[in-house]
Amino acid sequence: MAELKFVIEKSPRIQKLIDHLYERMPEIEPYRAELVTESYKQTEHLPIIKRRSAAFRHILENIPIIIREGELIVGSNSIAPRGCQTFPEYSFEWLEPEFDTIATREADPFYISKETVERLKKVHPYWKGKTVSDLAAAGMDAKVLDVFLNHGIFTVGNYFYNGVGHINVDYPKVINKGLEGVIAETRAAMSKLYIGDGEYQQKKQFHEAVIESCEAVIAYAHRYAELARKEASYCADPARRAELLQIAENCTRVPAKPARTFYEACQAFWFVQQLLQCESSGHSISPGRFDQYMYPHFKRDLDAGRITHAKAQEYIDCIWVKLNDLNKVRDAASAEGFAGYGLFQNLIVGGQNEEGVDATNDLSYMCMEATMHVRLPQPSLSIRVWNCSPHDLLLKAASVTREGLGVPAFYNDEVIIPAIMARGLTLEDARDYCIIGCVEPQKGTKTDGWHDAAFFNMCRPLELVFSNGVDKGEQIGPRTGDVLQMRTFEEFYNAYVTQEHAMIEMMVHADNAVDYAHAVRCPLPFESSLCDDCISRGKSLQEGGAHYNFTGPQGFGIANMTDALLAVKTLVFDEKKVTMQELKEALADNFGKGILARKALELTTKIATELAMGGANVDENVIKAVYQNLVNAETVSAEKKARYAEILTMIEKLPKYGNDIPWVDAFAREVGNTYTKPFEKFTNPRGGIFQAGLYPVSANVPLGYQTGATPDGRLAFTPIADGVGPASGRDVKGPTATANSVARLDHGIASNGTLFNQKFHPSALSSMASLEKFVAYLRGYFDQKGMHVQYNVVSRETLLDAQAHPENYKNLVVRVAGYSALFTTLSRSLQDDIIARTEQGW
Amino acid sequence: MNIYEQQGRIFDIQRYSIHDGPGIRTIVFLKGCYLHCRWCCNPESQEYKFQELTQGGKTRTVGRDVTVAEVMDEILKDAVYYSRSGGGVTLSGGECMAQPEFSEALLRAVHEYGFSTAVETTAFASREVVERLLPHIDLFMMDIKHMDSQKHEAFCGKPNEQILENAKFIAENAKEMIVRVPTVPTFNATEEEIAAIARFTATLPRVKELHLLPYHRLGQDKYAGLGREYTLAHILPPTGEEMERLAAAARAAAPTLHVHIGGN
Repeated sequence: MAELKFVIEKSPRIQKLIDHLYERMPEIEPYRAELVTESYKQTEHLPIIKRRSAAFRHILENIPIIIREGELIVGSNSIAPRGCQTFPEYSFEWLEPEFDTIATREADPFYISKETVERLKKVHPYWKGKTVSDLAAAGMDAKVLDVFLNHGIFTVGNYFYNGVGHINVDYPKVINKGLEGVIAETRAAMSKLYIGDGEYQQKKQFHEAVIESCEAVIAYAHRYAELARKEASYCADPARRAELLQIAENCTRVPAKPARTFYEACQAFWFVQQLLQCESSGHSISPGRFDQYMYPHFKRDLDAGRITHAKAQEYIDCIWVKLNDLNKVRDAASAEGFAGYGLFQNLIVGGQNEEGVDATNDLSYMCMEATMHVRLPQPSLSIRVWNCSPHDLLLKAASVTREGLGVPAFYNDEVIIPAIMARGLTLEDARDYCIIGCVEPQKGTKTDGWHDAAFFNMCRPLELVFSNGVDKGEQIGPRTGDVLQMRTFEEFYNAYVTQEHAMIEMMVHADNAVDYAHAVRCPLPFESSLCDDCISRGKSLQEGGAHYNFTGPQGFGIANMTDALLAVKTLVFDEKKVTMQELKEALADNFGKGILARKALELTTKIATELAMGGANVDENVIKAVYQNLVNAETVSAEKKARYAEILTMIEKLPKYGNDIPWVDAFAREVGNTYTKPFEKFTNPRGGIFQAGLYPVSANVPLGYQTGATPDGRLAFTPIADGVGPASGRDVKGPTATANSVARLDHGIASNGTLFNQKFHPSALSSMASLEKFVAYLRGYFDQKGMHVQYNVVSRETLLDAQAHPENYKNLVVRVAGYSALFTTLSRSLQDDIIARTEQGW
Repeated sequence: MNIYEQQGRIFDIQRYSIHDGPGIRTIVFLKGCYLHCRWCCNPESQEYKFQELTQGGKTRTVGRDVTVAEVMDEILKDAVYYSRSGGGVTLSGGECMAQPEFSEALLRAVHEYGFSTAVETTAFASREVVERLLPHIDLFMMDIKHMDSQKHEAFCGKPNEQILENAKFIAENAKEMIVRVPTVPTFNATEEEIAAIARFTATLPRVKELHLLPYHRLGQDKYAGLGREYTLAHILPPTGEEMERLAAAARAAAPTLHVHIGGN
């Protein structure tokens, strides 16, 4: 039987670094906000791109820096471990009311000192009316802004409040040519500018901003060199002193000049990864094909006898720890949608190269080994799988899966390459794709993918069908007619599609308004300098400088809508066992569990908000109690309640998506296409097109809270199915049946990514033989053109115990949706949702 | 008759089975068994007739008559996984040898598609039935529960002579055979009794593996659901240590065998 490759001992240094990182709650620091404000006040006369580079330089020259104990790779955006800075130029108003609660909120709490609160309060007034968020709101159609903010059908909140990120930049350019090389490239492009060109001035300013940003990064590295030298001078331990002097030498050399060793390459990589997340608050800054661009440096050292696998492994492990040192504070609502302090730094190994040859190398394995060593949520480790992937690589991946960290996620080259070629990529570029954030494929180094552009709740348009387009008393959707008068299923189905498409159009406009605001208020010269074709075009990414431009909004709820539409078809129209009137009432009464549930929720929200504003501690139990009181106050006859419950039983007995029933799955494909296809006609302000994804991050839980009962038997305010998998607990035929159903969707058209979560019991991966079977199972799913799959391998008992005794499970990492997070940092409802996902344990 | 039209009686089909033979498998559970082992975790499999089983407040009928074609429709849904893993179909039960026409037809159909076949059997059957099914079975997973016929009869309802004879015959003629021992306290979970089984197994030609399957109580609530008494309610499953001790006894008694705890 095969053996696992590259099992390398973990250096004792690594656990010390990790323990230090998790000693205390992450903290918000005021430095960046103050520095960016100072700079902006001095540069009001300049064009925005120059103001951005000036601010970046001012921050990097002055922000406090630190070398953490025992570090070999240095560079931290905060003094506090896992701390974060804030980015008032994007938005700040949400933070102020949270100053008192942010340390105690359920999802992703942060410590903030009184002093920091005062310092932030001093700089915030400057930004009023000047943020990206302000401009996006001003540019948005009033009705669309209202639907986005108040109706919970879709949200573009992520980029409305934050930077965009979601990019893989040209790390190899920095590593191989140095930032001095980038500056030289920029100067060369400048020298070709023609003074008579209508855009001469904008291009020249952009180039100047790029040079200033790159120089700022070099100077920042030199600050670290100086600090390391200083610390070395009074370091008593000779071994550590030598390390500090080596760090000083590294930071003097890179990222200014080309890396000469693997160690220097690691340090150069890190400064880029870190400082992109200082320039903007965008998340999902993804290292991409790390095993590919780092390999030549590893190989060179290995061949020269300068490095061992164990030493290289230690550097890689250090980077893995550093990826968890970066953090970001989000508003309470967004924190629910991106729960787990996730930065979604996706790093992918394996797969084919531009020529279509498998490119797996030693580092592909060692990256997986690093994840086993550190056992932390970052990076979001991914693996590319295709017909020629080495069996050993997949076995290694299966052994990582067994650890229960929710990584790696598996991606199918055979589906993704043609899918992104259909979006205009060349064959070579498509073969070289990486994954951004959760599950989004892009050709790195030349794409501005805007991948997490929005979340769209596919269940809400169905509610609009029942209300003839009215939500919360407002006519927000088209009048598709009185649902009680509909005579055929086609009429009903068309009404759903009409409502859905009307909402999609609004979301597209909302996205484009936000997109434009980023171009005007927050172009990013450093990020742009590392992405083709910005330098040659003389244009920032935000203004459309990238070679490929996309906008990718995600839909979720495909399983619920498949089951719901089929239930309406079967029970109301085909078999006529339930009238539409009865169904409408049953939904409003949450299938006998409470009348006007939707209204009760709105009232609950209102009451809870008022309680919270009044200083009460409003936790989940309080909210539940308020809700229950409201629901009990309503009166519906026992007879009717019994009928509604009976309807629910009838629905539960119907065939469901996820059980390998070809005609049901074919319908699911059609339902998926109602969401994905319309985007093919929409364009964005950067000269690119829209492309849909089918995944929710973790938004299926908070947005599920805003959704009433649905005709698939889903109760009001419970989570919506996550991604392309079946609704929780409805797949009862085992993992192969579920996978077969999922594979029947059209994954290729969802070129912004699809997400399939499966949960396995640890016993399914316990022996080498079962790992082999797991690999075969994965291959079988991918043979059928599945696009992505990820596994949570942790027993139900463990999760329940972790809920009861969180103190014993501080390091328990689970897969949420396209990323992994610490289980105990998730909200109770999201924890419940993860536990409820069907466990495939045969 | 066309093998696909052959009818049989089953009570379940379970996909993605990874502990009952090589690769990823689908298990077809046949209804009806000659033995009535007191620890049986599928008591609803023992009677050939349809039964009502109540679990979690819900009552369902156990057992359905199907054609080979219908079973193959279900089996072929996972064809891609058998191909990728070298897996196939395992007949379990109940007892496949109690429905020889159906079992033979189904095994032949699986072989026509090139997938592996296996059975989990008591081998309590006539020589004629064994000979009939043997060419269509790639792997026999056969239970040997006890070497003492009286004790065997007391706990399983039938003596063991025919089983032991069939074991020799199958071992001589089958492509591959694994011997499995449900290890049940008060029945056979002593070092002497396990060692006796191991010594016998070592005499079987070409048999290399002996699997000790620890007793578990997961079928207990089904007895109540069938209106039956579970007579082993007082028995605790063997601990990991006990299992290791029994495995060591088996290894000592039969050094040529590969003994391990649990399925494969």
